Order: sequence, then structure tokens, then C-alpha cells
Amino acid sequence: MPRTRVYEAVTERLAILDPEGRADHDLMPDLGLERVRQMYRDMVFARAFDDKAMKLQRQGRMGTWPPNAGQEAVSVGVAEAMADEDWLIPALRENWLMIRRGVPAHLIYAGWAGDERGTSFPEGVRCFPMAVPIASQWPHGVGVGLSLKLQGSSAVAVTFGGDGSTSEGDFHEALNFAGVFSTRSVFIIQNNQWAISVPVEAQTASATLAQKAHAYGIPGLQVDGNDVFAVYVATVEALDRARRGDGPTLIEAVTYRLGDHTTADDSTRYRSAEALALWRGRDPILRLRRYLESLGEWNEDREQALAGEAQEWVEAQVQAFEAMTPPAPEDIFRHMYAELPSNLAEQMAELSAEVR
Amino acid sequence: MSPRPASDVAGGGRTLHAVPEPTSDKLTIVQAVRDAMHDEMARDPRVLVLGEDVGRDGGVFRATEGLLEQFGPERVLDTPLAESAIVGTSIGLAATGMRPVAEIQFMGFVYPAVNQLLAHAARLRNRTRGRLSLPMVVRIPYGGGIHPPEHHSESYESLFIHSPGLKVVLPSNPYDAKGLLVAAIRDPDPVLFLEPKKIYRAFRGEVPRGPYTVPLGRAAVAREGSDVSLIAWGAMVRVCLDAAEALSRDGVSAEVVDLRSLNPLDRETMLASVVKTGRAVVVHEAPRSNGFGAEIAALIGEHALLQLEAPVARVTGFDTVFPLARLEHHYLPSRERVVKAVQKTLAF
Repeated sequence: MPRTRVYEAVTERLAILDPEGRADHDLMPDLGLERVRQMYRDMVFARAFDDKAMKLQRQGRMGTWPPNAGQEAVSVGVAEAMADEDWLIPALRENWLMIRRGVPAHLIYAGWAGDERGTSFPEGVRCFPMAVPIASQWPHGVGVGLSLKLQGSSAVAVTFGGDGSTSEGDFHEALNFAGVFSTRSVFIIQNNQWAISVPVEAQTASATLAQKAHAYGIPGLQVDGNDVFAVYVATVEALDRARRGDGPTLIEAVTYRLGDHTTADDSTRYRSAEALALWRGRDPILRLRRYLESLGEWNEDREQALAGEAQEWVEAQVQAFEAMTPPAPEDIFRHMYAELPSNLAEQMAELSAEVR
Repeated sequence: MSPRPASDVAGGGRTLHAVPEPTSDKLTIVQAVRDAMHDEMARDPRVLVLGEDVGRDGGVFRATEGLLEQFGPERVLDTPLAESAIVGTSIGLAATGMRPVAEIQFMGFVYPAVNQLLAHAARLRNRTRGRLSLPMVVRIPYGGGIHPPEHHSESYESLFIHSPGLKVVLPSNPYDAKGLLVAAIRDPDPVLFLEPKKIYRAFRGEVPRGPYTVPLGRAAVAREGSDVSLIAWGAMVRVCLDAAEALSRDGVSAEVVDLRSLNPLDRETMLASVVKTGRAVVVHEAPRSNGFGAEIAALIGEHALLQLEAPVARVTGFDTVFPLARLEHHYLPSRERVVKAVQKTLAF
């Protein structure tokens, strides 16, 4: 008996806007100039929000901060594609996406500054709190996607994780479950190429992360994650597929972490200045600015004005965050269970007596 | 037992039968567990069951028998073999309006799911300041005495009691098994429901038809007595009842307190018993050191020291790996060991 081919697969990459700001007009989505300008504005705001947090951390006004810089196109592209009814299950570099989903920006500062009210989102905001343990959020996106399917909703669960998280078992278990139960889920890997000090090449022998989808019988696509149009188009496709009831999709957005892993990290220990310079040249904000400039829709005056607006907005978030009343010590106990059990009531009374 | 339609569960309004239907059945623990899931699924469309072999096979212990046929594959999900994803998926379901009842086939296989249980299930309410909560149950057959291969006999309740945010419930008889599981399914917080598989079919008890609840966090005095309090949960309650019976023949009156729920813990019932008898023997299958017996001894020391006639005794598993079938009877607390511990306590 001859050997036969039982399975073949191809993984595609989608890119629309190159680093010089030149768009492939055949692939370009029909967004309209106003929306593109708004997306640029979002990216500038996202960068300013991140820069400010870094400064606050250096000044001792912020806890450990994981910079989002360089990854703005992913948050903005996905935010543009998602519907209000969709659920977001973030990892930890989706700040702007969370803000666009309705999370008050100052609460993100509060959360990273150690105030647990930072992950208490307003009623109706369909967003999980960020997930710190790495990869464990992937199965939550399966459960939410299954829940939406069982309830006959057209909403979709959009779950994020990093390149490092694809090495954890939960990533594989989640994609496997999602495929088997054909859940209303979209899984997006922010491949920023570094899991603290380990580069993605040392994380997996696979040529891409997107191809891992093939093993679970679901579509996978790689996109240029610094290309906001490619991210948008890929996400719209995946959301439509899920809404039609045709199952989950894995998207790998290839981007680059311009900053350190967190403010507690020093990336000069493990990566070269040359590589960083190369990726600074591929900055997602820069390329969208070049695109707008090529259309005659952007100039230095507008840039300055926008930077001023972003700064003003960021300062307002800092003020709102720093104006929050200190959390009550008793808050430690109040949300462990729906009802306070007697041992916690006793311990809460002990603490209250101690702090009064 | 054949599945019953929802109208029976609701009760009333049926007058066609000449002979009135019985209002209860004699069920084993595993049948009572199944009955609880059946009745809650019939009552509440948000309740669904997921796990390995829970559908077509009806569960390896038959705890989900007939549910797939009655409720269909959207509510009884045979999952791929992955404990972490079973619990992780349940978290996503529970956070967005469903009421999942997950099964982990044996407690020895719970490890892959521990990250999901401790890092997420136990704390989502707290980390969202109450915005998201997880009304979910994870059922896990636990405990030794069934002569199985390795990893099928463990009692890891302490691992989870030590992780604030999870409720940990362990029934010891069919009536409680159904009532506690119904309460667990309706509870707004995640509940680990640990089922004593050694006594899954050891005896039958009267179990009312239709749903009812036994509140979580209330202990039961399984047998009244005045000389010593035997404190236990799950399969060890039977061992304590046997020991109390044996002791009564020697004129010793032992009270048996069935904790039923370790978190939340009914300290009042337990301490009231110890205050009354002045002596306490804690019995559990899990290893002795750092087991829940140590916490009980500490609580008794804190709250009832002056009423104590003797130190709190512990009859437990050893601080070892759970032995395979040929030695497991040496490991598990027995009636004889409990009797001996009581006699030692009385002679103090």
C-alpha cells in the first residue's frame, strides 16, 4: 500500500500597510478617511497613556507596569472590528482595547497601582479583568464562546494571549475544546516576539504560531500586527465566521514589544539595540501617520495638536486615578464570597480594630 | 431509575393515578447525585453538565446516567480529555450566565485544573470587586478504599480549603448528597463537591423526589452522645458511626458530627458538641500533618480549651503517598482505630 497524504495545510499572512505607509489598495478595507483618522488618534492616545504610566512608575506613583508601546495597532484594529455585544477576555497588553470596550482608563492605572477597584468595571462592560498567570485565560474564551452559542447570542468571545502563552498547555487545550465544540470564539495571539527574555524562536520550533490552528481543525491566520488595517480585516473575518456559527479562528498578530517586559525588567540584557532600532522603524503609529501624510491628510501642526489633546486626556486620567479615595482595609474581605462567612467576619473585625 | 419529566419534579396536579406516587425513593449516594443534577437541569435551563465520559457513558461511576438522553448534547457535554480546560471552560460559562456542573473523574487527576481553580475560580469575584461571579460546581469523586490503580484514591480537600474563595462540600449520605448538590448548583460562588466514592453504592437512604436543598455550611449531628465528639466528613462519617455503635456496647456514648461542608465551616455546631462532651477525635482520610484535623484541633484549642478533658486526637491517613490496593486498608482510618483513639482520650 502506498503512503497517502491525509492532511495538508497552508498558513497565510495578511499585510496591507507597509512600514513606509503604502497600502495595498486591493486589500484595503473600506473604512473611510474619518475612521482612519480616528484610528490614528486612538493609537496616539494609547501610546501617550502608556508613556505616562512609565513616568508615573519612575516617580513612584505607579506599581509595576507592563508597557504596551509598539502594540497599539492590535488593540486599535481589534477594537474597531468588535461589536458592543462581544466579550473581551484580555491578557495584559490590551489597554486601549479595554478602554474602547468601556473600561474607564483611570481604573487601569488604579489596577496597576495596586488598587483592586481597578478591575471592577462598570455594569454592562463585557470585559474580563486582565489575566496575569499566562495562558490560563484561553479556556475562559472557550467557555464564554460556548455560553454565547448556547444562549443563541450572536456575540463573540475575543480572547488574547502572548507568544509565550502558546507554550502552555491551556492554549492547546483551549483551541482543542473550541474546535470540538465550535464555540463563538476568536483567539488572538499578540506575538510581540519576547516572553520576558525568551524570543519566540526559542519558544517553539513552529515557523509561525498561526499554524498551530491546523492541529485543532480551526482556521489560523498570521497578520502584520503593526498594520492596523490587516489586524482590522482579519478580526472582522474571524468575528463574522464566529457569528455565522462557523466556529473559532486563531489570529497571530506579529508585532514587537518596544519596551521592557515590565518596569522591573531590563531588556538590554537579552536583546540588541539593532533589533530594537529595526522595529522602531516599523512602528505601527509611524506607518499610519505616513499613510495619512501620503493622502495629504496629516501634517506637523495636526500632529502637535493631537499630541496636546492626548496629553490633556492622559492628565485627566491621572487626576481621576489619584483622586480616588484610598480603599478601605475591610475591602480585603468583602468580595471573597457573595455572603461573608463567619471566619471572615471575625478576621475583618480584627483588622478593623487594628486600623481604627 | 428512569428520568422523570419536569412536571413530576414540580409536583402536584396529577390525579390520574389510582395509586399515589411515592414522594421519595431509596437511593444510593451516586443515584442521589444524579437525581440532584437531573432535577436542577429540569428546573433551570442554565444548568449544564460537562466532563470526561459524562454523556454517552453516563460517567464512569454512572453519576450522569440518562442525562444526555433527556437533556441532549448541548447540556451534557462529553469533553476532550483535559481537566484544566474543563474547569477553564466552566469559568467562562459561569461568568456569562450559565451554571456549569463539571466533573473531574478522580481527585488524583485534578492537578492540571488546580491553576484554573485557585488562580481564577477562587478569585474572580474578588478581583472584580463582585462584578463577575462564578456559580459553578466541580464534582470530584475522592477518597480511598476501592482497590484502584495509582492516583484514584486521594483526598485533597485541604489543598482547596486552604485556598480562599472555593467552597468545599462533602456529603456522607444520599439525602445530603442530593440536597447539598442542589444547594451547590444554586450557590453564587464556585463549589467543589467532593463525593465519597467508596460509599457511592454502600447503602441506600430515603431521598425525596424533586429538588430540595441542604444549606452549605451547616454541620449535622449524625448521632448524639455525651462522652466524646467524633468529627468527620464524607466516607469517614460511616466509620465514626460504626465506631460509636461499637463504643456504645462498652457504655461509651459518642457523638458524631458530620461537618458536610469544610468551607464554609459550621464552627458553632462542632464547638457546641465538643463543649458538651469535653473530648474530640477528628477522623479524616487525608494525611495527618497539615490536614484539616489540625485546623479543627486549633479551633477547639482557641474556643473550648477549658472545657477539654483531653487533647484533641486525630485518626487519619499517614503522611505518605496513598498506598496501592494491597496495603490501602492499613492506611485508611478504621472503626478499630477510631475506637482505640476514643479509649485513649477517655483514659487521659
